[in-house]
Amino acid sequence: MTGLLLLAAWTAQPADADANLGRRLFDAQCALCHGIGGAGGRGPVLARAQLKHAPTEEALKTVIEQGLPGTEMPGSWQLSPRETGLVAAYVRGLGKLKEEVVPGDPVRGAKVYAGQGCAGCHAVAGEGSGYGPELTSIGARRSAAYLHEALVRPGAAVPEDFLVVEAVGRATVRGIRVNEDSFTIQLKDPQGFHSFRKSELRSLRKLAGETPMPAYGKLAPAELTDLVAYLVSLKGRP
Amino acid sequence: MRRRDFVSGLAGMPLAAQVPFERVLNAGAEPRNWLTYSGNLLGHRYSPLAQITVENAARLRPVWVYQFPDTSNQVSPLVVDGVMYLTAPQAMMAVDARTGRNLWRWSRPAPKDLQTIGFGRTNRGAAILGDTLYAGTLDGYLVAVDAKSGVERWAVEVADYKVGHCITVAPLAVRDKIVVGISGGEAGVRGFVDAYDARTGKRAWRFWTVPGPGEKGHDTWLNEAWKTGGATTWVTGSYDADLDLVYWGVGNPGPDWNGDVRPGDNLFSCSFIALEAATGKLRWHFQFTPHDTHDWDATHVPVLVDATIRGRARKLVINANRNGFYYVLDRVTGEFLHGNAFAKQTWASGLDDKGRPMALPNTEPTEQGTLVWPSLQGATNWFSPTYSPRTGWLYVPVREMGAIYYKREAVYKPGTFFAGGGEMAQAGDKAWGAVRALEVATGKTMWDFRLHSPTWAGLMSTAGGLVFGGSNESNFFALEARTGKPVWDYQTGGRVTGNPVSFEVDGRQHVAVASDRVLLVFSLA
Ligand code: HEC
Ligand code: HEC
Repeated sequence: MTGLLLLAAWTAQPADADANLGRRLFDAQCALCHGIGGAGGRGPVLARAQLKHAPTEEALKTVIEQGLPGTEMPGSWQLSPRETGLVAAYVRGLGKLKEEVVPGDPVRGAKVYAGQGCAGCHAVAGEGSGYGPELTSIGARRSAAYLHEALVRPGAAVPEDFLVVEAVGRATVRGIRVNEDSFTIQLKDPQGFHSFRKSELRSLRKLAGETPMPAYGKLAPAELTDLVAYLVSLKGRP
Repeated sequence: MRRRDFVSGLAGMPLAAQVPFERVLNAGAEPRNWLTYSGNLLGHRYSPLAQITVENAARLRPVWVYQFPDTSNQVSPLVVDGVMYLTAPQAMMAVDARTGRNLWRWSRPAPKDLQTIGFGRTNRGAAILGDTLYAGTLDGYLVAVDAKSGVERWAVEVADYKVGHCITVAPLAVRDKIVVGISGGEAGVRGFVDAYDARTGKRAWRFWTVPGPGEKGHDTWLNEAWKTGGATTWVTGSYDADLDLVYWGVGNPGPDWNGDVRPGDNLFSCSFIALEAATGKLRWHFQFTPHDTHDWDATHVPVLVDATIRGRARKLVINANRNGFYYVLDRVTGEFLHGNAFAKQTWASGLDDKGRPMALPNTEPTEQGTLVWPSLQGATNWFSPTYSPRTGWLYVPVREMGAIYYKREAVYKPGTFFAGGGEMAQAGDKAWGAVRALEVATGKTMWDFRLHSPTWAGLMSTAGGLVFGGSNESNFFALEARTGKPVWDYQTGGRVTGNPVSFEVDGRQHVAVASDRVLLVFSLA
């Protein structure tokens, strides 16, 4: 009885109440990463007409429900199918708004990228080093605002689980944490990988907020804008 | 007699099992075997074997590996006279405990429309009685097979899988009955504990964990909410032969995170119940989390110990609960004797004199989300704690993790997810795990061994002075039971997902644990 009554109450709600619920659910559970209104942040801008992983309505619902395995995009199994539909409809609506317009020239930005030696730490489409995160599809994963932040204040916008660690044993190694369990830790620095058993270390310091990525706030404003435009244009291999 | 002679004449060949209930009851008297889910009926998961010690554990090496067809295996093996019995979803297997070679395999096809709502496909183990092995199936059957051949004796439908019932729990053999619980708490089923005649498969009794009209506790559910009340029973219970009582843990009320449709305490969700073994009649109950809205099932192994509390010798049942509190109850009466938080919790200011939590305001799930410790997977979960009579301590696998809880609409449709919300749990370095030793009478932490992340594996203690445990990062390890000092660890290559057991073949102590796709068996090199 209660179930039936509830069902009746829900279906009787007007369409704008549904739209409202879609937005409220998005604000509570997605905006944290995708920004209010889907403006982007840790997650990509969703106010776009074309979503790479969600070309169709069904694909969009699946992405929301199951997340994108192997990425920071979580599944939202807590939403009922109806709620998933409402959030999907809200996300689609965002795409009909004006898309994020990014100033700057990506071609000039590519030259800044080459000139600054970014490839010494990053790989794009197979070119460069694997010390820092791969940037081949960074423009599909992060918003322009986030990328700007990553260049100017790198420590403030690091990938999830990114951590610099200082291990003091026979020698001192400061590196990026590659993996860790209760008994061991693996680091990498520009020289390569380092493996430690924790019981052999004199100290193990986790340096949250630190990163080997230099800050590029001193670039000329136009160069910075172009560089961000270049990064935004990196949408993955065709 | 002739036949017996013939069998024992083949020295070295695993013997076929004959396990009258007296053997299960006195499991401690034959340490080389592991005859019931928890090793003994008291829920201790303690091995009296003492060959592997603090001094030599560093020499533990894998002896053989068993590969399962699927991932995330949670089986706790049984071992009887050189034969290991394993289960997987829809399957039972007998394996030569010395070599890991298969002896037989029974399986039951999964229906095409089978779904497990709210949890992964798993099976936690079998029960053995006489010459018969018993296990549940995901499609809701309890099945008995001949332990010598795997030939099916009988299969009874415990409950309809189409509306979300499912069996993942290892059954418990109690005298001439097989006691079994049910899963499906996220599908709005109505929970129960069942007992079946071991020989015929005929149902002997059923105890509804959500009382119907006229039954005790029915008034703790409003409207028709009891019909979809959940309160499932998916972790194996314990048994006290002197009191002839079966103890069983009961899961969350449904829908999980939206309590609006089910005002009241919602008995017997999130409770321990004590049932008369012969009749299934309720002797007492104790509810850890009244009107739960965080999915804190009390589906734990009830650990039965005797200890002195405030100067008086008592028969106890103890529990480190998913809700973050440790409890000491009198197992004769269910009386609350002691309780304290054993992990970070932010939802209650404490427990009152009767053990009822004093819930804090603003800790309920909401549409915007509410941050609460512990997360919905709890401060611990289904995986077993262990009690060592040598130290007198309870060892608990702990999860230190908070979560943002959401409340959502909950509309019941048979055979679909009926949960009314969910969580976003804290990830990465913000959450961690531990093995924690608790003093039984006081719940005081005696030591704490930190794990990299909130664990999903059980513990086993041994007479060799060790506690074995596992981690999500694939470490299987041994700690010194007195100090928590690590003495051995091994990288299994897959998340440790099971409860360890120990047994002996060829005069050598072995330790076994399920780790994702495999079962690993170790002994001293
Ligand atoms: C913890 C952060 C986080 C949360 C919370 C989150 N997302 Fe994502 N999401 C991401 C990231 C990061 C990606 C990009 C993944 C990649 O490709 O590496 C992503 C990708 C997506 C995509 C695919 C975009 C494309 O171009 O194809 C969609 C659609 C999406 N998210 C929708 C949602 C919705 C709707 C919610 C809320 C229900 C949500 N996300 C919650 C981080 C998040
Ligand atoms: C010394 C090595 C190093 C150099 C040089 C370097 N980076 Fe990085 N970069 C890193 C590391 C390590 C990270 C990951 C931690 C962080 O986010 O700060 C990173 C992160 C980033 C990110 C964010 C990635 C994400 O998924 O959030 C971007 C974008 C980026 N770098 C771009 C650049 C560009 C453009 C340059 C050149 C102007 C550059 N980096 C130079 C090491 C480097």
